[in-house]
Amino acid sequence: MLDEGKKPLVSIKDLKMHFPIFAGLLRRRVGEVKAVDGVSFDVMEGETLGLVGESGCGKSTCGRAVLRLYDITSGSIEIDDREIGATPQTELRDMRPTMQMVFQDPQASLNPRMTVEDIIKEPLDEHTKLSDAEKRDKVGELMDAVGLNRKFAKRYPHAFSGGQRQRIGIARALALNPKFIVCDEPIAALDVSIQAQVVNLLEDLQEQFGLTYLFISHDLSMVRHIATRVAVMYLGKIVELAPREALYAEPLHPYTKALLSAVPEPDPSLARTTERIILQGDVPSPSNPPQGCNFCTRCPSVMDICKRVEPEYREVQPGRFTACHLYNDTNDTAGQTAGHEAQELTNKENST
Amino acid sequence: MPDGALPVLDVRDLKTVFQTRGGEVHAVNDVSFSLKPGELLGVVGESGSGKSVTMMSLLGLLPSPPADVRGGTVNFDGDNLLDVSPEKLRSVRGGKIGFVFQDPMTSLNPVYQVGFQIMEPLRKHMGMNKREAANRAQELLELVGIPDAKRRLDDYPHQFSGGMRQRVMIAIALACDPQVLIADEPTTALDVTIQAQILELMKELRDKLGMAVIWITHDLGVIAGIADRVLVMYGGQVVEHAPVQDLFGDPQHPYTRALLKTIPSIAGERAARLTIIEGQPPIMAGAPTSCPFRDRCDVAMDRCAVQNPPRYDLGDGHDAACFYDARTGGPRDA
Repeated sequence: MLDEGKKPLVSIKDLKMHFPIFAGLLRRRVGEVKAVDGVSFDVMEGETLGLVGESGCGKSTCGRAVLRLYDITSGSIEIDDREIGATPQTELRDMRPTMQMVFQDPQASLNPRMTVEDIIKEPLDEHTKLSDAEKRDKVGELMDAVGLNRKFAKRYPHAFSGGQRQRIGIARALALNPKFIVCDEPIAALDVSIQAQVVNLLEDLQEQFGLTYLFISHDLSMVRHIATRVAVMYLGKIVELAPREALYAEPLHPYTKALLSAVPEPDPSLARTTERIILQGDVPSPSNPPQGCNFCTRCPSVMDICKRVEPEYREVQPGRFTACHLYNDTNDTAGQTAGHEAQELTNKENST
Repeated sequence: MPDGALPVLDVRDLKTVFQTRGGEVHAVNDVSFSLKPGELLGVVGESGSGKSVTMMSLLGLLPSPPADVRGGTVNFDGDNLLDVSPEKLRSVRGGKIGFVFQDPMTSLNPVYQVGFQIMEPLRKHMGMNKREAANRAQELLELVGIPDAKRRLDDYPHQFSGGMRQRVMIAIALACDPQVLIADEPTTALDVTIQAQILELMKELRDKLGMAVIWITHDLGVIAGIADRVLVMYGGQVVEHAPVQDLFGDPQHPYTRALLKTIPSIAGERAARLTIIEGQPPIMAGAPTSCPFRDRCDVAMDRCAVQNPPRYDLGDGHDAACFYDARTGGPRDA
């Protein structure tokens, strides 16, 4: 693979997170929302894995499931050589310092009745035996590290702007010297000029503390900036995972292509000349995904086989994974070949 | 777009102030712009830059108090909208000027069928009877690309997806053949693939119906793809105004230049590090006596702290409110 010297810090295999749906008079279980449905990936030590997708594709659920904020349906999660997929919540507690989270909405994830100092100190209270003076020092250091003025330690979150609140959230996540941080849309709630500040801060901290990030976002251009490798999710599954440059230069999966072509380009001459792939329709419900490939209802290069057989998620080029029948030359699972002409997906427009 | 055409909407020196317990907040300061028929004007700015408040002020949509539209004129269809009676204004809103809001879920009434909500302006403004309105509503839903329109008229908003709801909102705004459509962040709550659908639809409709559109957004990428002319707002003021090609190709205000540098792109060279604009957007307490951007500006001068720069005309429909002349690299003459 690409980073030969590096080993995976996080290794996810066939992770499933299904939420039951109860309905009717007796509240019987009538089905389930397959928010995350069989996802596998590794996060290498020191890298940033970008996880992108549209709302409802399960990317946030995936991030939370990886940290075991949910009791997962099935699958294996290995973080720092420890399997935590089935560990009871009480035993996870001593594992928590190595894995932390930065949440999307800094307004909602900070307790409005606690001062900044108390917020950042709380993990230290819970997990360390430091003295009060040591904790205060540590809080000061953390505030310096994220670019907050130490003088504001006694203030409450409402006195800070959105970008500063996100810095508080980041300082709290850093308090216990974690190795792995899940950043769940950390910049989505911020203004453009503030987003860049927070992204640069995350990059600085990664370098300084040797952090590993799972960076969840719907902003493809920001992910291109921060991520080492990128995974694209659609309807609970990863459809493509590739190193950043390869993914943006030459996306393989039709969904990745459509997603990238839909990103508005801040250049008027380019924006008016590029041919966009406009997907028809909406994302199907995750409680009732289509048969075969999840993307077959909107795919511009859909084939017969896509509506019957689910494509296997596999490595099609070194370091590049995708789940699409277009790249299955030897159709071992289907028994019927997809046909060579089907690979010319760019020329196919008949399905619209 | 026709250059010599008379503007359909002309806003001069609009000023809106909010009374708060902490004092006055000057949300809109002397904003002027005009809109020609068939033109798509993009308005960009960060949250709090005054872009939405400007549009709501000119339609009288802000509750007063706390809002107070202090001055200016809004010329539309021979009237100054700031002076006309509430009844007259009501007939303009939703009639000749359509409005699409950011969040389609909160702006549709959840307890009425969408058909009823589309028919409401048709019956109020156009005096149609029920059957005519129903036919027109069906046409409108077809126009905005909702399949199976006739049946969908009886559905409630929750039965539509986010993108479909925004299409319904656009259908309502288009119901009375407006001359002007004001779209306030219409795609911000939507996913990129759905956003692409709506942008495509808007371009199509604009060409087909020939109306003028004001498109408010914070996304420069969207502006690049859709707008003819762009207003850049900061701290309640227009800081730059230019045809879209010039704005991206030759930005003159330091804020516009910085903003264009901060956003990463999915194509082209990948910057090793993002350029950032230091500091925070201004708090707009009190009438402006200095340039709102000076604390974050890399070419700020002494003069910027004592005087608020006017909009300097730079030719070819381009103007910028800055004492620094980016073309000569020196200060501008007074």
